Amino acid sequence: MANIFEKFIKAFFKNLFRRKKHIKLGLYGPPNAGKTTLANKICEDWLGESMGKVTNVPHETREIQIKEQINIKSGNKEISFNLVDTPGIATKIDYEDFMKFGLTAKKAKKRAKEATKGVIDSIRWLDNMDTVVVVLDATKDPYSQVNITIIGNLEARKIPVLVVANKVDLKKAKIKKVQSAFPQYHVVGISAKYGNNIDEFYESLFKVVG
Amino acid sequence: MLTLQFVPYSEIEYISSVGRIRKLLNIAKENRIVLLEGRLKKEEEAELIKATMEEINKDFKGIELSVIYPNKKESDLFRKLKKGFVNMLLGDRQGLTIIGPASIVREIKKDPDKIQLFTEDDTRAKKRRKK
Repeated sequence: MANIFEKFIKAFFKNLFRRKKHIKLGLYGPPNAGKTTLANKICEDWLGESMGKVTNVPHETREIQIKEQINIKSGNKEISFNLVDTPGIATKIDYEDFMKFGLTAKKAKKRAKEATKGVIDSIRWLDNMDTVVVVLDATKDPYSQVNITIIGNLEARKIPVLVVANKVDLKKAKIKKVQSAFPQYHVVGISAKYGNNIDEFYESLFKVVG
Repeated sequence: MLTLQFVPYSEIEYISSVGRIRKLLNIAKENRIVLLEGRLKKEEEAELIKATMEEINKDFKGIELSVIYPNKKESDLFRKLKKGFVNMLLGDRQGLTIIGPASIVREIKKDPDKIQLFTEDDTRAKKRRKK
């Protein structure tokens, strides 16, 4: 009897939260794909403020950034979420690569150390996500193992995924290649920087969150 | 000189996930390219990246990782079940996993069933040709 009561209480609270659609929405992807640019776009659209610093130096985001209580609306639908911008996931980090962007050896080594910690944190946080937007650079090869590992891990954890092919404003962008690499997912091509196709992104997000 | 080390699945079959990752990473840290029969579990691939990040220092810059996996979808339900059952019992022995130290392997390109390894020497030669 106590067991049935416990199940009822659990189901009640689960439904209660489901109705409110308050979720943890993670932005995942390789470095420099435009996760923070997209996070800024979402925050600017719905909160009127930006979220993090964007540069062309890889691993600019080296710590998990959270923006709480973002509400997005479309018709009768509404989602409330905490947006989690994660450091880019990579399999290698060489401080000398940062020096090519003009950083001193000391700063480059510090950045590399922080970046490795950031990758570890991103992977640890996978378990905390309710829905994930995987942000890929549409001008790059989508078949990289990092992309496949991220999506495979989300699939294994049964976390709903929306794939974003970012940087469609660039001539080299190939959305179809991203679509053919991940045919089981809905892929939406956007330019987070210029806001191209951002309405379709929000519509797709509603569909994925359910 | 490039050294490729083949690791048959039977060598990692009875080791824990942590042990598997340790074994493969140790080979890569010795500047050898690992050719693993089959593939790691998805969670193990993520753990391999985590473990790699923990070990990065001035001598070890990380790894390049790639998996070639037959993408053929089984339409026959019996075959599908059989494949799932065999994978569950014996591990996923299909395909090939390549793990190379980043100091030697600059990039691995997959397209999607052909694999190309770009080594650091290739990059230097390319730069020399451009000059």
